[in-house]
Amino acid sequence: MSRYFTDEHEWIDVEGEIATVGITDYAQEQLGDIVFVELPAEGTTFEKGDDAAVVESVKAASDVYAPISGEVVETNSALEDEPALVNSDAEEDGWFFKLRVTDASELEGLMNEAAYKKFVASL
Amino acid sequence: MSGNDDIAHLEEELPLQDLPLDGWHRARGARMVGFAGYHMPIQYEGIMAEHAWTREHAGLFDVSHMGQIGFSGEGVDDALEILLPSDIKGLKPFRQRYSMLLDEEGGILDDLMVSRLGDGAFDGADIYMVVNGATKYDDIGWMIEHLPDEVVMNHMDEQALLALQGPEAGEAMATLVPETADLIFMQSGLFTWRGVPLWISRSGYTGEDGFEISLPAADVTLLADALCALPQVKPIGLGARDSLRLEAGLPLYGHDLTPAVSTIGADLGFAIHKRRREEGGFIGHARVMKELADGPGSKRVGLRIEGRLPAREGATIHAGGAQVGEVTSGGFAPTVGAPIAMGWVSLPHSAIGTALEIEVRGKRIAAEVAPMPFVPHRYRRKA
Repeated sequence: MSRYFTDEHEWIDVEGEIATVGITDYAQEQLGDIVFVELPAEGTTFEKGDDAAVVESVKAASDVYAPISGEVVETNSALEDEPALVNSDAEEDGWFFKLRVTDASELEGLMNEAAYKKFVASL
Repeated sequence: MSGNDDIAHLEEELPLQDLPLDGWHRARGARMVGFAGYHMPIQYEGIMAEHAWTREHAGLFDVSHMGQIGFSGEGVDDALEILLPSDIKGLKPFRQRYSMLLDEEGGILDDLMVSRLGDGAFDGADIYMVVNGATKYDDIGWMIEHLPDEVVMNHMDEQALLALQGPEAGEAMATLVPETADLIFMQSGLFTWRGVPLWISRSGYTGEDGFEISLPAADVTLLADALCALPQVKPIGLGARDSLRLEAGLPLYGHDLTPAVSTIGADLGFAIHKRRREEGGFIGHARVMKELADGPGSKRVGLRIEGRLPAREGATIHAGGAQVGEVTSGGFAPTVGAPIAMGWVSLPHSAIGTALEIEVRGKRIAAEVAPMPFVPHRYRRKA
């Protein structure tokens, strides 16, 4: 399994044709206390860059974009009852949705963990 | 590029100013944001934790961005009664009132606190006013235009302002200044702490017991350190200040109150003294009397929201097919444990218990007009 990162602070785990998407620990730290996550319906198809989810913190609503194109095959229902999972475990249990990847070549431009760390350090 | 664009560009480029406690906030790990022209702390450890701490213990808020103005001179009471709908002549020394500046059409230019001074505070000025930070220069301009030459207005921008709020604020304040134990809600006084003059009022904007403390900016670090050294007190950012005031049902100027809305519609009629209603003589009186007689077109109401999706400022409010209002501030309410909002709705839909819908990102969520405050006030009304 490989993990990729975007400059919009999302992480993507790819296993076969399925990609699991969430926001990074850095992103949850910036957003603050998360009180609601609006997830896409299963079966929705996204083009890379589409609005895919909305994270509501105490202070504001923020969009989460589809980091790659694909069809939503599963969403993290645990976030409905416990949105704060995104704060406590952003990069594991706080995942958002799983996509069936349409175009694996879109992964090529994304960062690996070391590159993302460097990117965050530069902000 | 047009001339207007040039001006807009310049405004954006105006640098934010630093509060006297700027370095103090940063040293405590505050995340700073631009607000009302200043770098201000939005949060330290997190809005939820800070909100809860204030409701259970005592929070220290830096509100030095607000405008503090002293008034003195011949005829100051008469002059201020033209600007304010409140009873200024009947305002006793060391007492404070909530009031507002109205324009000729009765629109709200700002909401504010006004007090009568005593004991020679602020160089012997008669009246002390605290106005919102974002509007202070406009307020001052408006007042200069409408005050006679005999009345001297002093913008005390060398004064800092702290708010200490929460059920343990009384205990904490009395540790430093024992005499403050006798103050009750909306009462104030001049005190001395380590040689520093403190003008302290028992008031605030969280719905909790607490104080607002005006002191020279040069001494504010000393006081902030001393307060935060107490076990009851932690520094609290703007984020929690907003969620606390929303739960307390208190309107935020520039959002819930604007020049487009009126005092009666805002449900702030309590700030207009009976004598002033009858006698008039203040700017905006005609609108107040008309709306007292005929009712306002729309009203500021509280809204309880079903589910967990917050409705925020700008979300439209609907009754069936018709839009009947708009959310003016809203968010997740930590103490309530659910999203709440404040909004303006047309009069026929403003009664407590009215079922409405709010549109958030194309979805309709159920809401109900609810009594405010959402969390009961806990002011200290008796000694």
